[in-house]
Amino acid sequence: MVFDKNNYSPGTHPDLPPPLGTVGVVGWLKNNLFSSLSNSILTLLSLYLLYLLIEGGLSWFVVDAVVNANDKPGCRKIADGACWAVIVKRFDQFIYGFYPLAERWRIDVSFCLLFVAAAPLLYPDIKFRKYMLVFSCIYPFIAFILIKGGLFNLLMIETNLFGGAMLTVIIGVTSIACSLPLGILLALGRQSRLKLVKVISVCFIEFMRGVPLITLLFVASTMLNYFLPPGTNFNLLIRVIIMMTFFSAAYIAEVIRGGIQAIPKGQYEAADAIGLTYWQTTRFITLPQALKISIPGIVNTFIGLYKDTTLVVIIGLLDPLGIGRAALADTKWNGLSTETYLFVAVIFFISCFAMSRYSLWLEKKLSTDHN
Amino acid sequence: MKIKALLAASVAGVMFAGSVLAGTLDDVRARGKLNCIINTGLAGFAAPDDKGNWQGFDVDFCKAVAAAVLGDANKVSYTTATGKTRFTKLAAGEGEILSRNTTWTFSRDVDLAQTFIGVNYYDGQGFMVPKKLGVKSAKELDGASVCIQTGTTTELNLAEFFAGNNMKYNPVPIETNAEAQELYKAGRCDVYTTDASGLYATKMSFDNPDAHAVLPEIVSKEPLGPVVRHGDDQWADIVSWVLRAMMSAEEKGITSKNVKKLAAQDNKDKEINRLLGKDPLQGLSKLGLSADWAVNVISQVGNYAESFERNLYPLTIVRGMNALYRDGGLHYIPPIK
Repeated sequence: MVFDKNNYSPGTHPDLPPPLGTVGVVGWLKNNLFSSLSNSILTLLSLYLLYLLIEGGLSWFVVDAVVNANDKPGCRKIADGACWAVIVKRFDQFIYGFYPLAERWRIDVSFCLLFVAAAPLLYPDIKFRKYMLVFSCIYPFIAFILIKGGLFNLLMIETNLFGGAMLTVIIGVTSIACSLPLGILLALGRQSRLKLVKVISVCFIEFMRGVPLITLLFVASTMLNYFLPPGTNFNLLIRVIIMMTFFSAAYIAEVIRGGIQAIPKGQYEAADAIGLTYWQTTRFITLPQALKISIPGIVNTFIGLYKDTTLVVIIGLLDPLGIGRAALADTKWNGLSTETYLFVAVIFFISCFAMSRYSLWLEKKLSTDHN
Repeated sequence: MKIKALLAASVAGVMFAGSVLAGTLDDVRARGKLNCIINTGLAGFAAPDDKGNWQGFDVDFCKAVAAAVLGDANKVSYTTATGKTRFTKLAAGEGEILSRNTTWTFSRDVDLAQTFIGVNYYDGQGFMVPKKLGVKSAKELDGASVCIQTGTTTELNLAEFFAGNNMKYNPVPIETNAEAQELYKAGRCDVYTTDASGLYATKMSFDNPDAHAVLPEIVSKEPLGPVVRHGDDQWADIVSWVLRAMMSAEEKGITSKNVKKLAAQDNKDKEINRLLGKDPLQGLSKLGLSADWAVNVISQVGNYAESFERNLYPLTIVRGMNALYRDGGLHYIPPIK
């Protein structure tokens, strides 16, 4: 038999391309933007609004913006848009606060080492994880000595010179790192069969959750002064970090308790049946499952804590927001609030967005669902 | 009742603590640095420059005390405080001086066990209006809408002023100064009222400051000054005489430029000689200061007028009440004798 190209045996005809206008750019547009009359109108309207926004915003943000000037009048002389010069001139202050210029490398080094220390904790599959974990354990001491100084010929830096993003990272990272283990212990304590442990945990959690963070910060900054013997120099920064840690630990504890309670009872019964002790059950059965379930809640709490660090402005510590306000109080830059606050927002958005992306990645990685 | 007693005991404890903290001068000398509590940022009074160095009228005073006590105006460690935390910070010993545009009132002086060592800036509540309204006096503001920060003494002062002049007003309540600026700029209120120094700073932050005017009426008393703890009279004397030395220097025409020359020569005005250490000043040794204390202050920081001009003139603040008495102001300085 002779086959011409249009003659196929049954079932061997290749798939025909879909009809024109249902695939590709045109198809997508048709389906999503112009599927009906009302949709088409909405699309056009949105496009117009978008155009207005970009046209107005772009000229303010970029075209008419001034990057290089010495003060606000200098900016206005050049163009009418955003005066980013205030950020450029004070970028160092936004990052390092009042940390002495010659010593700033110590902050840079600590910050880079932070990623090395955090890597084995954040990425379980990393190479040489065991050795890196050792480094993670000693990192807090390295960072403390580097940043504070006073040992190994490093100049001692007073904490009232700390400020800017560096202060946020110090408070945020330390509180986050300390509050997770504390929160886990509190969650376990609350479930404990030991009466005393349970009562202490419940009291701690309920007290910390029942009080606004700002109150705790005021306690840290003012009330503690009344209770401590006069002359004791208990650093304000440390007091703040402790309060932040306690506050977020209480929330973390409740998030993890939710995770623990979501584990089916059969899991515990199975653990009991094969004779695991309490700590073995906790280590191998409870926590791995409970923590996995709680990831979104935990990260939520952390992001909240990280942003709450701006509250320290109220007790006189200068985080990026405080530095921004101080910049606005300089007669040279008075009145550039939009630029300053936008920049502070960007600083926070970058860190918080990174945290939320990481948590999504971790959830996917730990997912055992079969889909 | 028990809780009350406990609280009273703890507060009394702090007051007692304050009173045993004598020897402040020795502490400062031993540390080699003066701890000064300042504002977290207020135009003209305390703000960091682009390099991160604190500048301002209140900051200058910290520097002046450091110059007198340590001989170097730069030996100051600044601690920032908000309005709510400033007094406890001082009481807890986080600083030796609170130089943070603090209004001198009875209860702050007596109840909080602090010593106000004098007034370095006479402030008072004022009004700002757009010039296009054509208002020349606050008494013409009948029926105006006024942006006012809630929960402040300014709120009460405003009500009293309008009631006293038989005028009506519509309050536009706001929370913060920044919010007030935005509302005022957007025309939501005709008038903005707060301390006059704050009005000038706000005005300068506008793109067209000349379109707005601060009215001449001042409706409240806000004497601002540095504060120290109760219980160390020597320290309080040092701090207060540093302030007087700066004002006295202005009165006698001593500036940072000519102070070295005046200190080296014998002046006709013996008060200049005493101030600059040429002639003995009886009792100076009791303060624990060296003879060149005032020379250090004036050469490194300047006299009162220099500090005022450097920090507050850019905000278009005029001397007014803050001129010396001989120029029609309120600063009347005890003689250096």
